[in-house]
Amino acid sequence: MRFQRPTATTGWWSWATTVDHKRIGIMYGVTAIVFFVVGGSEALLMRLQLARPNGRILTAEAYNQLFTMHGLTMIFLVVMPLGAAFFNYMLPLLIGARDVAFPRLNAFSYWVFLFGGLFLYSSFLLGGAPSGGWFGYAPLSEQPSSHMIFYSLGLLVLGISSTVAAINFAVTIINLRAPGMSLMRMPVFVWMTLVVSFLLIFALPVLTIGLFELFFDLRFGTHFFDPNFGADPVLWQHLFWLFGHPEVYVLILPAMGIVSEVLPVFSRKPLFGYPVVVFSGIAIGFMGWGVWAHHMFAVGLGPVANSAFALSTMFIAVPTGVKIFNWMATLWGGDIRFKTPLLFSLGFIAMFIIGGLSGVTHAIVPSDYQQTDTYYIVAHFHYVLFGGAIFGLFSGIYYWWPKITGRMLSETIGKWHFWVMLIGFNVTFGPFHILGLQGMPRRIYQYAPNLGLNFWNMVSTIGSFMIALSLLIFFYNVVHTFRRGAVAGEDPWDGRTLEWSIPSPPPHYNFEELPVVHSVDDFWHRKYAEGEGGRLVPVVAGGSEADREVSTGDHGGGGHSIHMPSPSYFPLVAALGLPILCYGLIYSTILVIDGAVTLLVGLYGWAVEPSAE
Amino acid sequence: MAVHAQPSEHSTHTSTGLSNAKLGMWAFLGSECLLFGALISTFLLYRGKSLSGPTPKDVYDIPYTSVSSFVLLMSSLTMVLALAAIQRGDHPKLRVSLMATALLGMTFISGQVYEFTRFVQEGLSVRTNLFGTSFFVLTGFHGAHVTGGIIMLLSLFGMSLDGRLPTEKAEAVELVGLYWHFVDVVWIVIFTVVYLIPTGK
Repeated sequence: MRFQRPTATTGWWSWATTVDHKRIGIMYGVTAIVFFVVGGSEALLMRLQLARPNGRILTAEAYNQLFTMHGLTMIFLVVMPLGAAFFNYMLPLLIGARDVAFPRLNAFSYWVFLFGGLFLYSSFLLGGAPSGGWFGYAPLSEQPSSHMIFYSLGLLVLGISSTVAAINFAVTIINLRAPGMSLMRMPVFVWMTLVVSFLLIFALPVLTIGLFELFFDLRFGTHFFDPNFGADPVLWQHLFWLFGHPEVYVLILPAMGIVSEVLPVFSRKPLFGYPVVVFSGIAIGFMGWGVWAHHMFAVGLGPVANSAFALSTMFIAVPTGVKIFNWMATLWGGDIRFKTPLLFSLGFIAMFIIGGLSGVTHAIVPSDYQQTDTYYIVAHFHYVLFGGAIFGLFSGIYYWWPKITGRMLSETIGKWHFWVMLIGFNVTFGPFHILGLQGMPRRIYQYAPNLGLNFWNMVSTIGSFMIALSLLIFFYNVVHTFRRGAVAGEDPWDGRTLEWSIPSPPPHYNFEELPVVHSVDDFWHRKYAEGEGGRLVPVVAGGSEADREVSTGDHGGGGHSIHMPSPSYFPLVAALGLPILCYGLIYSTILVIDGAVTLLVGLYGWAVEPSAE
Repeated sequence: MAVHAQPSEHSTHTSTGLSNAKLGMWAFLGSECLLFGALISTFLLYRGKSLSGPTPKDVYDIPYTSVSSFVLLMSSLTMVLALAAIQRGDHPKLRVSLMATALLGMTFISGQVYEFTRFVQEGLSVRTNLFGTSFFVLTGFHGAHVTGGIIMLLSLFGMSLDGRLPTEKAEAVELVGLYWHFVDVVWIVIFTVVYLIPTGK
C-alpha cells in the first residue's frame, strides 16, 4: 500500500500538512502569542485579587490553579515556543540552508506542542487545573486535590515536543551549514540555538523521569515520593531543579542570541568580541548544570553543599556579565539608529542587569534565607524572564517581522508599545522587591490590611494593566501593518546576515543558489568594504572579487527545479495519538489502545510514504 | 521509532559528512542516557531504604537473570551480523539475523515477564515498598525500550520481505542497531547495579 502525499499549497489543509520550516515557525509563533494572552489574563486576575487586602475575586483554590497555570503557560507554552518559532523560521535562513534536517519531525514537534498545551488546558473542564505550582513539589503535589496528573502527563508530552525539536535543530546546525560557514562564522543567534538544543537534549530527560515517577505515584500507587514508605521528600526537588536550572538558560539564551544580532545591525558595527560572546554562551551552558541547588538553600542540605552552590552561582554571573560588557562595547562609538528592535534590545539589557543583580543577592545563602518564598524572588525571575526573555523576543519580532511578512511594523506605534511596556513592567514588578523585603510571601491569595503591603500591591496591579495596554498597542500595530504597512524589501535594516540577502517574505526554497560564506557577517562584507581610515565604502554591485563568487553550483533556474520536501499527513496523525494516549492513562484503557494505535499508524505511514519527489 | 530509520530528505550533502539521521540518533541516545541515569539514581538512592520486605535478597534469582542477560547480549551479536549482511548485499542472511535478534529480544522479555510474575507471587509489587517501586519501574522502563526495539526489528524484517530494504538503505539497519546496542549496554549497567552489587540488607 502506498500513500500519495498531500499536494495542497494554499488553504487550511496546506498548513495542517506543511513541513516548511517557515510555516511551522509562524504556527509556533502565533500559538505562543495566543497562549501569552491566556497566561497574561491569568496574571491580571491574580493582580485584581491582590490589588486590595482580603481580595474576594478568587477563592484560594482558584488562585492556586491560576498561579500554577500562569507559570506553566509562560514557561512551556510562551517563552520556549516563541524561541522555537525563531529557531524554526530563522535558523535555516541564517545558516544558508533550504530547510531543517528533519522537516516532518519538525511538523511533529509543533503538533505535539499544540496538543500538549490543549491537553494541559483541558484540565479546567475536567475537574480543575493543576494547583501544585509549576515546580510541582512532591510529596505536596501528590495530594489528589492538586490535580497534578494533568501536570505530569501534559509536561511529558511537551517534553517530547521539545526534545524532538532540539535534536532537529542541533543536527541542522551541525550538518546543514552553507559552504564556508564554519562554526566560528555562524551568527551568535545560531550558536545560542545550538547551546539551547544541547541543554534541552540533556536536561529534559531528568524532568521526564521526575514526571514519570510522579505519574506512577499518582496513578499506580508507587511510593517514589511518599515519606510514609521511607521515600526521600527532597528527591523531586533535585530532579526538578537539575532540569529547572538549565531550563532557565533555555529561556534566556535565545533572547541573548537575538540581542547579539540586533545590536550590531543598529549600531552599524560588528559585534564586539564575537568569539568571547560565543564562548560565554557555551560557558553558561556548561555551568548551568552546577548551580541547581541554589533553588534549595532553605531545604537544609548543610553548609558545605550550600557554600559550594553559592560559589558556583556567583561564578555563573561572570560569563553573563562578560556578555553585557560586550553588548555595551558594541554600541560604543557606533552609528546608532534608535529603531524599535534596538529599543527592545536595550530594554532587555537594562532589565536583565537588574534581574541579574537581584539574582546574585540570593546566591548569598544567609540573604537567600531571608528572601526565599517572598515576592523578592518573584521580582527577580520576572526581571529575567519578562524583562529579559520577553523583551528580547519582542526585539526579535520587530527585527524579523519585515523578513517574515514583507511589511514593516509601524515605528511610531512600535515605540509606544516599547515605552508603555517598559514603564508598565517596572511599575508592576519593581514594587515586588519592596513587598518581598517587607516579608510578603509568594503564593498567598489574600493579605491582611494592617501589614503595610496595601500601597505597593495597588501600584503593581495598575502596572499590570499598563502591560496589558502595551500588548493591545502591539496587536493594533500588527493589524495596522497588514492593512497599510510599508513594503519592506529585501534588506530594510541594512542587515549583516544571510537572511537579508533573499526576498521578503522568502520563497519556499529560501535560497535560489546556496550562498558561499567567507566570514562572520558575510552579507555585510558583500555590501561594504573598509576604505581609508576604517570608513565604510559601499561595494559597487558586481565589482568586487567577493561579489563574483557569492554562489556556486546548484543553479536553481528561478527556483523551479529545486526539490523541496513534500507535505505530509503523518506528523499530525502521530502527534494526535499522544493526547489520546494521555486521556486513556487517566480515564480508560480503551483510549490508551486508541492512542497507541493512532501513534503507530502515524509512524508507519510516515515510514512508508513515498519520499519527496 | 521507525521515524529514525527513514533516511533524511537532505541526504545528499552535509557539513560534517555524517548523515543527518545518524547524528540525530546519537543525540537521541545521549538524551536516553539521562533518562536511564535519573532512574538508576533513584534506584540507588532507595537501595536498602525499604521499611518492609521483601528485600532483593528474598526474591532475586541471580543464575536465572544471568541467563536472560546472556540471551540479550547475544542479540547484539546477531544485530552486528545483520548489519554486515546488508552491507554485503546478502539479503536472506539479513532477514535471518534480524529475526534472530528479534527472537532473542523476545526471549529476554518473556524472561522478564516471568520474573515479574514470580516476584509478585512472592509478595513484591510496585506498591509494597521502595524496592518494589524503584525495581519494577526501572527494569520495566528498560523492558519497554527492548519491546520498542523488537517492533523496529520486525518492521525492518517486514520491509526486507517486501523488497523495501535495498542495500542502499543499509543505514536504516545501522540506526536500529545503534539503538539496540544502546539498550543492551544499559542492561549491563542495570544488571550490575540492581542485581549483582549486594544491598547489605
